[in-house]
Amino acid sequence: MTDVSPLVDIQGITVTFPGVKALQEVDFRLFPGEVHALLGENGAGKSTLIKALTGVHTPDAGEIRLAGAPVSFHSPAQAQDAGIATVYQEVNLCTNLSVAENILLGREPRRFGSIDGRAMRARAAELLSRIGLHIDPGSALGSHPIAVQQLVAIARAVAVDARVLILDEPTSSLDAGEVAELFRIMRVLRENGVAILFVSHFLDQVYEIADRLTVLRNGAVVGEHATTAVSRLELVRAMIGRDLSVLDEVEQQAERRVPSETPLLRAENLGRTGAIAPFDLELHAGEVVGVAGLLGSGRTELARLLFGADHADSGRVLLDGRPVKLRTPRSAIARRIAFTSEDRKAEGLVADLTVRDNLILAMQAARGWYRQVPRRTADELVEKYVNALDIRPANPDAVVGTLSGGNQQKVLLARWLITQPRLLILDEPTRGIDVGAKAQIQKVVTDLAAEGMAVLFISAELEEVMRVSDRVVVLRDRRMIGELPGEATVDDVLTMIAGEAERVQVS
Amino acid sequence: MKRLIWPLLALVALLLLNLVFTPSFFSLRLQDGHLFGSLVDILRNGAPTLLIALGMTLVIATRGIDLSVGAVVAIAGAVACTYIADGGNAVVAMLMALGLCLVLGLWNGFLVSVLGIQPIIATLVLMTAGRGLAMLITEGQIITINNDTFAFVGAGYLVLPVAILISLAVLAVMALLTRRTALGMLIESVGVNPEASRLAGVRSRTIIWTVYVFSALCAGVAGLMIASNVHAADANSAGLWIEMDAILAVVIGGTSLAGGRYSLTGTLIGALVIQTLTTTVLTIGVPTDTTLVFKAAVVIVVCLLQAPRLTGALRRPVGPTSPPVAAVPQSPQEAGAR
Repeated sequence: MTDVSPLVDIQGITVTFPGVKALQEVDFRLFPGEVHALLGENGAGKSTLIKALTGVHTPDAGEIRLAGAPVSFHSPAQAQDAGIATVYQEVNLCTNLSVAENILLGREPRRFGSIDGRAMRARAAELLSRIGLHIDPGSALGSHPIAVQQLVAIARAVAVDARVLILDEPTSSLDAGEVAELFRIMRVLRENGVAILFVSHFLDQVYEIADRLTVLRNGAVVGEHATTAVSRLELVRAMIGRDLSVLDEVEQQAERRVPSETPLLRAENLGRTGAIAPFDLELHAGEVVGVAGLLGSGRTELARLLFGADHADSGRVLLDGRPVKLRTPRSAIARRIAFTSEDRKAEGLVADLTVRDNLILAMQAARGWYRQVPRRTADELVEKYVNALDIRPANPDAVVGTLSGGNQQKVLLARWLITQPRLLILDEPTRGIDVGAKAQIQKVVTDLAAEGMAVLFISAELEEVMRVSDRVVVLRDRRMIGELPGEATVDDVLTMIAGEAERVQVS
Repeated sequence: MKRLIWPLLALVALLLLNLVFTPSFFSLRLQDGHLFGSLVDILRNGAPTLLIALGMTLVIATRGIDLSVGAVVAIAGAVACTYIADGGNAVVAMLMALGLCLVLGLWNGFLVSVLGIQPIIATLVLMTAGRGLAMLITEGQIITINNDTFAFVGAGYLVLPVAILISLAVLAVMALLTRRTALGMLIESVGVNPEASRLAGVRSRTIIWTVYVFSALCAGVAGLMIASNVHAADANSAGLWIEMDAILAVVIGGTSLAGGRYSLTGTLIGALVIQTLTTTVLTIGVPTDTTLVFKAAVVIVVCLLQAPRLTGALRRPVGPTSPPVAAVPQSPQEAGAR
């Protein structure tokens, strides 16, 4: 491969934001016909590198060469015209338009000056079949699950005959079958000589699909390797710059905890039509209860009922043995229940406000607007949690929207820890964040339980759920189908999910 | 503070322009304990706009807009003048007018926060219906009155015109109320992300409701000022298009129509820019038929100077290290996906 010249050759680029060097003299090479994984913790500079390559950010120094010729993009459109297509982590398509319109947006086939709908659907159908996706091109994009939308985004990239395809965490919302489908498509494109840049936090996937990889840390390259030449341990060490001994601690602590005798919260026959079938659940102080299930199995719906974000239409909730009405999030918060949503952008953070304001938001809301949290108290709390959770940058006046995903998640977690909840409900607290931050959050969760907090932990990653939890409830098709002890394995969970339904294939 | 630099410069430039045409522009004189001068005039004539713009700032911070303020101005004047013309007490008349404005604000807030109607539509209802209501109250007549107590609000003097003092007092109270308590932060939080705020326990609905009530009250006081200043209630033309001036003042002051961070100081400067502009048009003798074009040109320039893209482009040759895109929080695709 080394005798082939790189398609993308980035040399010594530096990107600075006010006060931060996001990238420092980064070199990066991408060859035609390879899948190249870009790895690093959140905030390491992966997104910035991608944005520099696609014309969103203009580098302050350094050079980008595309097929040998120096290029300088000032907008994503220019990069796209040059053959660089990007699929972002959050799908950036128009859900109100049809699949065909999304694929061919801006390049619609025309007849007599107006858009030729029939030709457009035919062309879209052809592109979809090329990547093996069989859906009606005339259907509204929003009617399909996120995974399909992601594949449509890739079809859009294929449609422009991209030479370089950038996939920024495309798998974070896909299940195993969908990931396999994505990889099949990636292999087809690779055969055709497309250079694919692949960002993922799942090391398994990196080893499965990537030919080579580049590791970033703190805005600088720490290594460029053939995938087969590095072990996972070396890779993780390179990414976070230290050992992962915390993970062992997490596991040990899970065994040391002693849950309380009487339940803190009891849900009896709680349910909501169309969201989740009535279920019973007991949560004790000092234990972590995991919720496992596939995408769409009702995990989030369960959490929202317990927090009063949605109304239950059957059953009741008892807190300390007394029935309580959880009509709104406010009433749940008043009873010291906290909830972090899986969608931290839309339902969690207030992006334009500072880290300080975001951290004290829940506390302030509980106190009422007329009793402002004194500046000194706020600063003390902020300093304490910024240090405790290692939030970076450690600047309380930074606008939270500029933080990396993992740090945003920590801000959200800290917002609730400040309110000193008795029950903490975490919905996908580690989605889309890197190994280091993930381990930190898991550690915090187990520490909190050891101090006597009840935690409900929801995650799509079964390994993670099993590692932190004392017991696990399993959901399928919006129904609670059983409970497993913490010693159970991932296979046990999968068997249970597969159990009664013959159709579900366990891979 | 940085984002206020252009509106401030525009204000200074306009004032200097006046100085060129009218050398005595900055002179103030004290006569019978009253302060007179062009600057005082600007402040006094701008007082109603400023007041309305202050209420509008909070509405816009919650990602809303209140188009009905002009109609509320007309209603407030109509109620007060009609009652006084029928021999009523001026103080009672003003309290009645403000009471009605409170109800109108509750109505707007109800439509937006409870029924979830888009603010522009919800307040459009009262914008059109409100003038009709004012006409009904005045029975289609211009009601002229002669009442010293009432005249004090809009035309009275306590060294400075009372109208100025009222507006500045409201500004001061608001600044204290929103920045010394958590109200300002909660308003911004609701404006940026209503759902996240609700899940964090913020009473989003109450906050949104409150800002519409406050906006209507500000418009009511402004309406009393305007009617008091001319000793008459004119249901047709009182406060006509004042909502546009108020929105413009807020925008010039750097508060984004997309909601979120707001600046009361910015709104003050914005209102002053607009009023100075109106005064300038008169003092430098721009022909009346080109007045609006002249105003439009200045406003466009100020807004352009604040556009993140343009400021980035202007700054680039000066400091090559400043990344212009940093001012744009989202990439174009991200923004397009919304």
